Amino acid sequence: MTIPKDIPEKWFPIFPHLKWIKLGLPTSEKIRCGTEQERRVRANDREYNEKFLYANNCIMTSKYNIITFLPVNLFEQFQEVANTYFLFLLILQLIPQISSLPWFTTIVPLVLVLSITAVKDATDDYFRHKSDNQVNNRQSQVLINGVLQKEKWMDVRVGDIIKLENNQFVAADLLLLSSSEPHGLCYIETAELDGETNMKVRQSLAVTSELGEPGNLAQFDGEVVCELPNNKLDRFCGALHWRECKYTLTNNNMLLRGCVLRNTESCYGLVIFAGPDTKLMQNSGRTKFKRTSIDHLMNTLVLWIFGFLVCMGVILAIGNAVWEREVGSLFQSYLPWDPPVDNFLFSAFLSFWSYVIILNTVVPISLYVSVEVIRLGHSYFINWDRRMFCNRSNTAAEARSTTLNEELGQVEYIFSDKTGTLTQNIMTFNKCSINGHAYGDVMDTPGAQHKRAQPLDFSAWNPLADRDFCFYDVSLLEAVKMREPAVHEFFRVLSLCHTVMSEEKSEGELVYKAQSPDEGALVTAARNFGFVFRSRTPSTITTQELGKEVTYTLLAILDFNNIRKRMSVIVRTPEGHICLYCKGADTVLFDRLHSCNHDLMNITSDHLNEFAGDGLRTLALAYRDLSEEQWEEWAERYHGADKAIDYREDRLAAAYEEIEQDMMLLGATAIEDKLQEGIAETITVLSLANIKIWVLTGDKQETAVNIGYSSKMLTDDMTEVFIMNGYTVQSVREDLRRARERMLESSRSRDGVKEAEMQDFGGACSLGNGFGSRDAANWIPGQKKSAQPPAPPTSLLESVSGEFALVISGHSLAHALEADMEQEFLETACACRTVICCRVTPLQKAMVVELIRRHKNAVTLAIGDGANDVSMIKTAHIGVGISGQEGIQAVLASDYSFSQFRFLQRLLLVHGRWSYLRMCRFLCYFFYKNFAFTMVHFWFGFFCGFSAQTVYDQYFITLYNIVYTSLPVLAMGIFDQDVSDQRSLQYPKLYEPGQLNLLFNKREFFICIAQGIYTSVVLFFVPYGALWQATQSNGVPLADYQTFAVTTATALVIVVSVQISLDTGYWTAINHFFVWGSLGTYFTILFTMHSSILFNIFPKQFHFLGSAQSTLSQPLVWLTIALATVICIAPVLAFRFLKLDLKPQLSDTVRYTQLVQKKQWKAGGHARRSMGGASGPGGSGLGHLGRGGSRRSGYAFAHQEGFGELITSGKNMRLSSLALATFAARHSSSWIDTLRKKKHSPPAGDSSPAPSVAAPVSNSSSLIGPLETAAEQRGQTNADPQVGVADVAQVETGQCSLVVQEALCGWRATAGARLSSTGASSLGPPPIAEETNGE
Amino acid sequence: KYKLDNRKSNVDMFNLTGPSRTNRPDNTAFTQQRLPAWQPILSAGIVIPGFTLIGLAFIGVGVALFVTSQKITDLEIDYTGVAATSPCFKCTSFAAENCMCQMEFTLTTLFEGPVFFYYGLTSYYQNFRTYGVSKDGYQLSGDTYYFNNPQDSCAPYQYDSNNNPIVPCGSIANSMFSDTFQLYQVVNGMKKQVPLDGKGIAWWTDYNIKYSNPALVNGSFANAFSGTVKPVNWSKPVYELDPTDQANNGFLNQNFLVWMRQAALPKFQKLYGRIAEGDYAQGLPAGNYTLLINYSYPVISFGGTKKVVLSNVSWMGGKNQFLGIAYLVIGSLCIVMAMVMLIIYAKYKFTDDDEDM
Repeated sequence: MTIPKDIPEKWFPIFPHLKWIKLGLPTSEKIRCGTEQERRVRANDREYNEKFLYANNCIMTSKYNIITFLPVNLFEQFQEVANTYFLFLLILQLIPQISSLPWFTTIVPLVLVLSITAVKDATDDYFRHKSDNQVNNRQSQVLINGVLQKEKWMDVRVGDIIKLENNQFVAADLLLLSSSEPHGLCYIETAELDGETNMKVRQSLAVTSELGEPGNLAQFDGEVVCELPNNKLDRFCGALHWRECKYTLTNNNMLLRGCVLRNTESCYGLVIFAGPDTKLMQNSGRTKFKRTSIDHLMNTLVLWIFGFLVCMGVILAIGNAVWEREVGSLFQSYLPWDPPVDNFLFSAFLSFWSYVIILNTVVPISLYVSVEVIRLGHSYFINWDRRMFCNRSNTAAEARSTTLNEELGQVEYIFSDKTGTLTQNIMTFNKCSINGHAYGDVMDTPGAQHKRAQPLDFSAWNPLADRDFCFYDVSLLEAVKMREPAVHEFFRVLSLCHTVMSEEKSEGELVYKAQSPDEGALVTAARNFGFVFRSRTPSTITTQELGKEVTYTLLAILDFNNIRKRMSVIVRTPEGHICLYCKGADTVLFDRLHSCNHDLMNITSDHLNEFAGDGLRTLALAYRDLSEEQWEEWAERYHGADKAIDYREDRLAAAYEEIEQDMMLLGATAIEDKLQEGIAETITVLSLANIKIWVLTGDKQETAVNIGYSSKMLTDDMTEVFIMNGYTVQSVREDLRRARERMLESSRSRDGVKEAEMQDFGGACSLGNGFGSRDAANWIPGQKKSAQPPAPPTSLLESVSGEFALVISGHSLAHALEADMEQEFLETACACRTVICCRVTPLQKAMVVELIRRHKNAVTLAIGDGANDVSMIKTAHIGVGISGQEGIQAVLASDYSFSQFRFLQRLLLVHGRWSYLRMCRFLCYFFYKNFAFTMVHFWFGFFCGFSAQTVYDQYFITLYNIVYTSLPVLAMGIFDQDVSDQRSLQYPKLYEPGQLNLLFNKREFFICIAQGIYTSVVLFFVPYGALWQATQSNGVPLADYQTFAVTTATALVIVVSVQISLDTGYWTAINHFFVWGSLGTYFTILFTMHSSILFNIFPKQFHFLGSAQSTLSQPLVWLTIALATVICIAPVLAFRFLKLDLKPQLSDTVRYTQLVQKKQWKAGGHARRSMGGASGPGGSGLGHLGRGGSRRSGYAFAHQEGFGELITSGKNMRLSSLALATFAARHSSSWIDTLRKKKHSPPAGDSSPAPSVAAPVSNSSSLIGPLETAAEQRGQTNADPQVGVADVAQVETGQCSLVVQEALCGWRATAGARLSSTGASSLGPPPIAEETNGE
Repeated sequence: KYKLDNRKSNVDMFNLTGPSRTNRPDNTAFTQQRLPAWQPILSAGIVIPGFTLIGLAFIGVGVALFVTSQKITDLEIDYTGVAATSPCFKCTSFAAENCMCQMEFTLTTLFEGPVFFYYGLTSYYQNFRTYGVSKDGYQLSGDTYYFNNPQDSCAPYQYDSNNNPIVPCGSIANSMFSDTFQLYQVVNGMKKQVPLDGKGIAWWTDYNIKYSNPALVNGSFANAFSGTVKPVNWSKPVYELDPTDQANNGFLNQNFLVWMRQAALPKFQKLYGRIAEGDYAQGLPAGNYTLLINYSYPVISFGGTKKVVLSNVSWMGGKNQFLGIAYLVIGSLCIVMAMVMLIIYAKYKFTDDDEDM
């Protein structure tokens, strides 16, 4: 039964490119649409379920198996235009009348190419099989015949009941039947699925939760009728039919594959969807074969070359017709026409095909395979890069796809996930403001830096303290010890007002289970400062305040929701006071304070601004004392509202609102959503490289905005941050329109001077771009086009970039992405420097990426760590997975993976840039050398009666591409560098040529072709002129065919070798070896082929006997070769020199300074080395930019509402945590202590507890300081670094770092700069230091 | 930080931790792309002197070539006979059999020896593809099996109309140049024959390795070719090319070898003989000469011309104007280019940069 089901599953990935189906409509769904309208699953009844042929839980991402490999792989390879073309050529060559070249000239390279590719594909697929197997062979416990049996994941069938244990991955989409926890609750973490890190609660139906025992479950025979497999993660509809009753099922009853069971001992679930039908897999999008833009360009060019080839063929065929008619027909006494070729037209027809064969080398068969080899080499360099190795997770960077490397050098848009990618997903209590006094701000105090090294030691006086907690400001601890009442009250709020659960596994070892990490951080902070939350019951909270155990009666939890943005608890103290403790966003809380708080509010507000400026997530705390009467009066209304049937929510909210008034402000907390190392500087560097970074996160808006600030994507310098939160089409449209208006306004006012100019260009420009004046007119309703032409979008884009940011939520995005609005959205979003999309689904992420891909013609890169990023990673041109985190889904789908976001700058600016450069140089040279080689035949055609006679020996033709000229260019393509990696990072502007696609485009291609044709002309006509009447010194004429062939071939090999020597910018020993080796090989093979030994063995094959010796012993031949070489190379040399002189590129300038410095360094010894550190401190200023703004909307809740209810209802109280345990001090064993110290003692260079201060953390970019930043921005306005050199240099001389001057002023400034700055470091040697941390 | 703890336990549980050894990539210059490298840059200090040097060298070589080439004497005599005034005009009609014609020329000074005697053809496509392949290498290396079974590449000169195999088969052999020449110096009204040495005019490898005659059959060279016929256009079979000298007979006949070595271009000349013997070892003295031509090779039909060339050689071979002039031109251009670059460099570039170089 299973076989017919498997076949479509296995076969459809074979042709992924044939059926590109829009994301979200997977093939499997379509296939089944005819047969399945709804899904019926009966528990414990495999036979019944098998009738429906549901997919089993086996996952196949691989493409081939052993039997299908050869045909399928060949089929795929012959879809490559070039391969088919060569097959066609091969067939042509088998026709004797046409064959101008023996068959082996084509088949040898073709077989070589096909087999190399096949081996590569096979290896790739092998690893895919391996990872599939690993996943498929995971163990799960399946209830079979009433007994739990271990089964592999892939053997799990729909309808099975499986048991999950804590911290296990969910194997398939399950209906939760029962749980070890009361009320059938269980907790799951969905980070893999949607990126949200909060735990979520799932509850089973009451009827099934009673089953509990495996024995009972085995008897369960309910039938589930539900929707078809789909990709909606937050929706499930279905019904359970059991014992004649129907129970509605919702998403709340489902455990989806990819989730992890947390805080739940075990649970049982019924498999509803398995394998490819699971929501996780349905969301993963289709695997699409990614090609780089260079691939596309290459294919286009190859087609052009085919066209060119046909043109050449036609010209020569016409020539042949004319020749045969005019000359050949008369020449028949010596050369009769072949009987089948009895007229000149047919002869011309054959001649056409013959020329197609001999000119085929313009489309080099080795092109594709060489490109693959080069990319493979670059991939290995990525894998080998120690500076992209993360010690902590022990993972090196990995290029999982080996076909995209050069695209890394062209990225314009980065789409980043937030959680786990930008952030470490760790919340830490960082600062606080209590009663107008700010704590935690140690490092901003000058001279206090040494204190940073010492996090406070809490364990000495508080045995319950969490050892991992770090806090540096000793004054807060002292304030607690001094028993300041406000401080105590502050921490009391933190210890009481939350929905955290605690678990005390053994005495004193508390484990908090917080729904959101922020809450956990706050409660942990309180715990360390002596206000330890120990346990709770539905009606009590037990804490330990400074060693004294206190039990509060919990009267009410005024739960959190998104609108209230606050939560409160009302407790009765042991003394009998009733108190309301509240925490929430300051914006809402400040409105509800007692008027006497005014002054405190102002101070706190300042502190909040400061915290928010650092990108911290803030919360304000307040309390209110309630009298017994107030409470009772309110409690009554509250219960009334609670019991209400309609509008319960609203009534409750109103009731809450009533009591949360006249509160007394206590202070504010600041939580740091810990960014990964070096985020801010990475983002700075990347945006200096003109890369736009969009954050797409499933997390909520406030969190995302906070991260935006702390990672310096949003700054307070920005003119405006647009927040789009509309739920309707109209509101979103309105928002977009308003945003554009604001942008235009601002650009108008700013560029008032330029306005007239803009108007002039307006009309002309708006025609030239994709968004015509119609769109533009829409933007400014009421303004008449004729009266004032709207600013063309391009100028809009340019004039406003860097000033605006856009934050858009998922539901608005859904409207914005609709067909009629996407243009508007795109235009608006692209005009913003930063775009943050929050609350987006995985599919929306992919759609955003797709939008940019489709409309901007820009290279996109998506980076993420979770399964929710998979579709985006697959959609983008380049997908990067953050490895070493929990999930591997993203990594599996990605093209590149590494463990730290900051490695992205190295991946792009160093590896990407190099790859692009190398690939472009490679392609230029490759086309050049093949045109130079092949076009000689064309010229010769005019002198040999257009008879498709080759100029060279057939063996030379066979070997030219694969032996004589392949290795030097490969070595260049793999090893070349124009500037060093440090320089690449120092000058992000160097990245620009890649984005603008300057190094290899159609223009460059034509230049190469022209150069190649020029060379071919020289290579034919110089020997022609020199040899046609020349004789050897013994009188024997030199103009015989074989001598001519050897001379031309030798000249060709020498010319292209000299050319590659010119193109190679980085001569390693390998380059030397290959260049000289190739020349050596040429001569060796030449002499061997022309030797008498080979002739005696194969007299028919090697008829060039003796030509090499005879030819190359003639001085005249060598003079001819030298002449041809100089004529070919000298113009190139002169052109390059003049270009370098008159119009140097930034890379030329950098390269020059680099070399000059290297020389000086060598000359000057190590004197400058000691100055190397001087530039370091300059960098730390960066972090303080944007301080003191007015933004502070951040608040630290990231949880859902409803937990308060759960707590008070007692549903999720576990027996173990209800039991109050006594505790005793437990001293940590010393090794843990040491470990902890080690872990938290700041490693060199990474000493800041607040990474928002972007001290130069990574070695690689430590030279980038704010000054350079400024300079680079200045550089943007001066398009040409040479323009305006003098004035900028003068203005900047005082403050500008030398690096700046190098970048700006170019070579000319170098000397002056060197003189003016004896103390600065940047002229010192580039720090070729090894990565130090962790070694 | 329970979060962190959870993660650790999770990792342990699924055994996702890597092997205990570090995955840190090797720190070698190769893997880290730090291989020591020479990074040339096209600086003025290299390019301008380079151009100057190349220019000077080329001019030097050019002068040498030009001067040498000028010293070489050559003499061309076109005897196609297109013009009615030409002595060979009578031979151009198809009816003429065994037509002889003679051309007269006068040398005013000594034509320094050794003098080489060439015949030249124009518009003759020895480099045509199907012409070039029309031979049988096995036959020509003396393999008698192929005498009776010539290869297909020889078609249509593979078998004659009676289906007898042709030896040597193919178009090249069939179209062998058949004019013969005798040179006479007119001394006191008497014709004195100038000896034309036809030996040693072929490539050494052709004569010694590539081509060989079949072994004698019953002591007779001709028997080795029994069962075969001569090429259609030939007047005598291959084994009678030079009956006087067996070393110059058959496939090893030097004129045959010279013909079989295809020319690269449709305008070519081939060596016919040397004048290096007897009275003429020093060259041809001044005086009147008569060239007697046995005119049998038709070229007018396809618009070709025939000529005879007398030339002496230098170390660099025969007369070669092209190379000397080309060298002079390119050398001068290099010098000009170097000057232009110097001016541009001085005008636009770092005047203060020389100390950096």
